[in-house]
Amino acid sequence: MQTRKKFMRTALALTTGTILFAPIHLSAMDASDAPESVTIDSMAKLYAPVEFDHLMHTEYASCEECHHHTTGVQVADPNCLRCHANTPEADEVSCVGCHAADRFDDKYLATLDDPTIYHIDKPGLKGAYHLNCIGCHVIIDGPTGCQDCHAMTEAGEKRFNTGKHAPAGGNTSGAHH
Amino acid sequence: MKKLNRRSFIKGGLATTAAAAVLKETKSEASGDFDNYPEGMGVIVDLTRCVGCRSCEAACNKEQGLPEPAVPFDDFSVFDIIHHGEKRRTDETAYTIVNRYDPPEIDHPLFRKIQCNHCNEPACLTSCFVNAYTKTPEGAVIYNASVCVGCRTCMIACPFYIPTFKYSSAFTPRIMKCIFCYDTRLKNGKPPACVEACPQEALTFGKRRDVLKIGKQRIRETPGKYVDHIYGEHEVGGTAWMYLSSVPFDKVGFDTHVPKEPIINSVKEFLAMVPMVLTIWPGLFVGFHLLATRKDKIQELEKEKELRKLKENDEKEEQV
Repeated sequence: MQTRKKFMRTALALTTGTILFAPIHLSAMDASDAPESVTIDSMAKLYAPVEFDHLMHTEYASCEECHHHTTGVQVADPNCLRCHANTPEADEVSCVGCHAADRFDDKYLATLDDPTIYHIDKPGLKGAYHLNCIGCHVIIDGPTGCQDCHAMTEAGEKRFNTGKHAPAGGNTSGAHH
Repeated sequence: MKKLNRRSFIKGGLATTAAAAVLKETKSEASGDFDNYPEGMGVIVDLTRCVGCRSCEAACNKEQGLPEPAVPFDDFSVFDIIHHGEKRRTDETAYTIVNRYDPPEIDHPLFRKIQCNHCNEPACLTSCFVNAYTKTPEGAVIYNASVCVGCRTCMIACPFYIPTFKYSSAFTPRIMKCIFCYDTRLKNGKPPACVEACPQEALTFGKRRDVLKIGKQRIRETPGKYVDHIYGEHEVGGTAWMYLSSVPFDKVGFDTHVPKEPIINSVKEFLAMVPMVLTIWPGLFVGFHLLATRKDKIQELEKEKELRKLKENDEKEEQV
């Protein structure tokens, strides 16, 4: 449904744009264009995937607070406005479209060395999620504990020496050897 | 021929020593000009991003095969531990530690991760007389246990109190400290395990010169968010690991009195004297000793001669 709707809207915008010779970014996206929920599972290893209730979150935040300048809605951050005051809706609005899932890839690290690139400090996908989500949750008093959003997996318990893999000494909470 | 007496000998010895000191000093002055490895990697730690989840501690523990922790890594009561009036620090079971600080200036806590800062000119390396430490071109300060004699001078030399001694194996001396995951990751171009584990990207990895640029960009583009200083840019001559903070660094446990130049600069004049002491002093003092005892020997010989003469005279008298 989503794709069809987007296609129709784009087609309409293109037609209108062609007829009126007007810029095509007149139509910005809104919450109704978005999916109701998104499963964030691309990096799930130590924690289970996140069932992200997109529709619910649109009540707390407007598009540009998470999608920056990609949805055609004017971005709030004055830093971004310097270049993105009139940026039309982007072809790619999903997080992974811009935030690299493999943040430490050689090619990605090489871009940091490129003097022509402004966005040298773009967080990777994992960083983008946590910085944006926790950043806002702290302000509006949302959940901030790790397992409030994603349950720890067996691999996670092993990594953190917790649950089934807790130290043999039992709960020596706060003690120092 | 001019006779070499005691006075002229001492004079000569002192002159040689002074000359050696002057020559040595001009040579050691050049060591401060080492311009770091330009392609060396670095990490910038942003205290405003860290949420104290301890994922870095857990990742380090597994990557480096360190012993099982006393409490789980998702136990946040460790932030309240005060040991001998100090917060937790690195030890033989942990190469990295996160501590919580509650600066009165702000209404929320800040978390600070500590580990080896991988100095451009490491004091541990300078102080080690068996060369157990190496600063690699990738930026890591690594350690070779096979040559270590366990003198622990590096622990005293380090301005950040990072190297720790494995007291549980005192007979096969082993210093325990962060090695930037050099063996398993850094030398293959990969970031250390803690950086990869950080969910908040509070740890930003890249070439040192690039992450320094990132740090400066953050300060410039978010006015009021950070203090205008990157800890480690110049401290002790520059470190591969650097820090950004929203409060003055001394409020979150940093030593802001460390010199802005390599530690070696404060000790190299002394260090230059060490080889001189080792090479010139033995000869010098053996000389003094021989001089001092020469007179006694001559006296002894003369005494013997006299005794013999007396004996001979006695014998002659007896014969007569």
